[in-house]
Amino acid sequence: MTATPATTPGGFLLVLAVLLPAGGVLLSFVLGGRAAGKIALGLTPVGFGLACLVAMKVAAAGAPIAYAIGGLPPPLGIALRADGVSAVMMVAAAIIVAASAFYARAKFVMPEGAPESRGALTFWIMIQAIWAALNLIFVGGDLFNLYVALELLTFAAVPLVCIDGRPETLRAALRYLLFALFGSVSYLLGVALLYGLYGALDISLLAQRVEAAPMVWTAAALMTAGLLAKTALFPLHLWLPPAHANAPAAASAVLSGLVVKGSFFLALRLWFYVLPGLPTAAPSVVLGALGALAVLFGSVLALRQARLKLLVAYSTVAQIGYLFFVFPLAAGAHVWSPLGWSGGLMQVLAHAFAKAAMFLAAGLVAEALGHDRIAGFTGAARALPLTFLTLGLGGLSLMGLPPSGGFEAKWLMLRASAASGQWLWSLPILGGGLLAGGYVYRILAPALADGEVEIKARPQRSREAVALGLAVLALALAFAPRGFFDFLEIGRPSVSRSAP
Amino acid sequence: MSVLPLLDVGLALLVVAVATWTMAARDLFASVLGYVAYGLLLALVWVRLHAPDIGLTEAAVGGGVTGVLLVTAGKRLDALKAATSGAAPRLRVKILAGALSALVAGALAFVVASLPTPAPSLAPQAAAAAAGPGAGLGNPITAVLISYRAFDTMLEKIVLALAVLGIWSVGADAAWGGAPAPLRKARPDGAMVLLAQILAPIGALIGVHIFWVGADAPGGAFQGGALLAAMWMVAMMARLVEAPRIGSRALRLALISGPAVFLAVGLAGIAMAGSFFAFPPAFAKALILFIETFMVLSVAVALPMMVAGPPEGGQEP
Repeated sequence: MTATPATTPGGFLLVLAVLLPAGGVLLSFVLGGRAAGKIALGLTPVGFGLACLVAMKVAAAGAPIAYAIGGLPPPLGIALRADGVSAVMMVAAAIIVAASAFYARAKFVMPEGAPESRGALTFWIMIQAIWAALNLIFVGGDLFNLYVALELLTFAAVPLVCIDGRPETLRAALRYLLFALFGSVSYLLGVALLYGLYGALDISLLAQRVEAAPMVWTAAALMTAGLLAKTALFPLHLWLPPAHANAPAAASAVLSGLVVKGSFFLALRLWFYVLPGLPTAAPSVVLGALGALAVLFGSVLALRQARLKLLVAYSTVAQIGYLFFVFPLAAGAHVWSPLGWSGGLMQVLAHAFAKAAMFLAAGLVAEALGHDRIAGFTGAARALPLTFLTLGLGGLSLMGLPPSGGFEAKWLMLRASAASGQWLWSLPILGGGLLAGGYVYRILAPALADGEVEIKARPQRSREAVALGLAVLALALAFAPRGFFDFLEIGRPSVSRSAP
Repeated sequence: MSVLPLLDVGLALLVVAVATWTMAARDLFASVLGYVAYGLLLALVWVRLHAPDIGLTEAAVGGGVTGVLLVTAGKRLDALKAATSGAAPRLRVKILAGALSALVAGALAFVVASLPTPAPSLAPQAAAAAAGPGAGLGNPITAVLISYRAFDTMLEKIVLALAVLGIWSVGADAAWGGAPAPLRKARPDGAMVLLAQILAPIGALIGVHIFWVGADAPGGAFQGGALLAAMWMVAMMARLVEAPRIGSRALRLALISGPAVFLAVGLAGIAMAGSFFAFPPAFAKALILFIETFMVLSVAVALPMMVAGPPEGGQEP
């Protein structure tokens, strides 16, 4: 593995990508009221442009770009690094944050002269803070700096859950907070152990030093357990459905599409970037098995939900399960590892877009009908064609039918499991698709049936279009060219030290 | 010569005993008192481990601010009788939690005992660098926090502001913009008022001193700010001052001034010293003290606002 220099051309973009939304948070806090929404909305195109610039720089260099903060390189200083996956995740985050912010205008942009409201200020500040935290998670090169990013993410995500202020939303937020804090403490404990053992926090320095020792395994177990709690992997998923179902739709889209991916991304960093020198076969199987159980339980529970938002939230529990197949399918330096890696990342992206689209659409359904009970959807597709089209297209990707990012992800994973002889993983991959078909059918079947629904408020066409746009992106991923997968490989450690 | 190790063992046992008592206590208030005592004992442990900076922080935050927060929360729970009648955790849950704690504690005890001696550490490097190009300070901890780890420290202060907003956001819609409930409902008695009148000015002075010497001696922005915060809370408890309205522009400016000034100076670093969050060596110390002044302000305002809780006045949710 060739070492990336401490600072490369274009590296300062990484700092800006974090500081821009962070500065937006501070400014919104002081100016308050209407200004907060304007700042958040105004920053979205700038942040998207920055993310695209980062991706272009990485593509042009064909190698990660990096920045040593304060000109002080690791081990004492903090380095930021963006490789292929960082850049792709930054672009995806910018798109979903922008779409959710645009969608949220109807609810949270205040009329001229109105006093500042609790929900609006909280939403606009927290969504910017989530964005800053995610960008830092994607580019952070230092385990403690990443802990700070996780804290930022948690403290921004939890208040979004209880914006509506009903008692059940408060209960959901409190449960989320307890799980997330357990995750933070557990992760930090592991980081402290690694520092105690190797005197370094920088990911690339640690990768050169770690060896299989009881202490390293303990640290890895603690950090992983913490990250799994935040990612809501079965059996630590209990907080997710009430939290994601009770948040306002625009917040649910960000929470389900992006926030859980943040802690998953750190789990990838830990196992593929910090610990690639370890024999990771056994822990990979454990993570994959938990993923399989998540697919099964999440899908079955989704099938039994009476409310649309809860169904979509349980579907997240199942779809998170797929992400963890990346550990058994991409670990090590095998011929099939790039397949598993691409499949895992494709699943992250496909689910992010499809789920954000579905939560936004679910919010529109609830606003239009005044409820989100699936039993009361009879004939709703005729009244809300665009919104139900969004739910259908998003569902297509969740099921893994072509052409969709979800299909591409599952296809790559199936090929990796066949190539590696780990054919057992193909069972949950295929079975989960069938179950997803079941719960998507449950939404669409009554909606497409004959009947009349009472429309309380017709949704704005622009908001329907935003949700549909995200669903179309989830499908468009199926046409990702070969170069896209080569881009994802930029900066991936190729395990040169101790290939099995 | 042989007395100190004995004292250390005694201290360690006491910490474990107080921790056990805190968990076993039936009464919420007793449990909180145990927790405060535990925090103060831990502060002593840090001092014995030659980490006085952490000791100061632990005493101020673990013992002081968290203690007041828990006592206030307990008082409010008492007022809401319904909230205290929740079922106790079932035996199954207790056994599971106990087993998990024992597993983690056992694993930690095992691996900590097998840590390499001497532990690899960046401390000597940091100490050497503190007086050097990055900072020019006598206290390496302040140098690490404000210079080498500037990015972490700045972001953590944003987290602090988010935590305050998160707490405000659980209040009622109708109360938005108003002031949090007073820390004490009843009129305080004369002794409390007298204590606050005497203690608060002295404590505030000590807080400023701890911040000021932090550049070269143990102490710093967080510890100084926490002490100032405690003094403000004492004054609020004696009803000498009331909590400000959360809609107040001045309050919000104070809350974010620390991270905002830090961010601005960090951005300016690219013009002044060629890199984000770099300080030009000629006036690194002056800049660091400038940033820290606003950090003290933010910490001193954020902690009491967290304890004071969400704005009140509207309907209870």
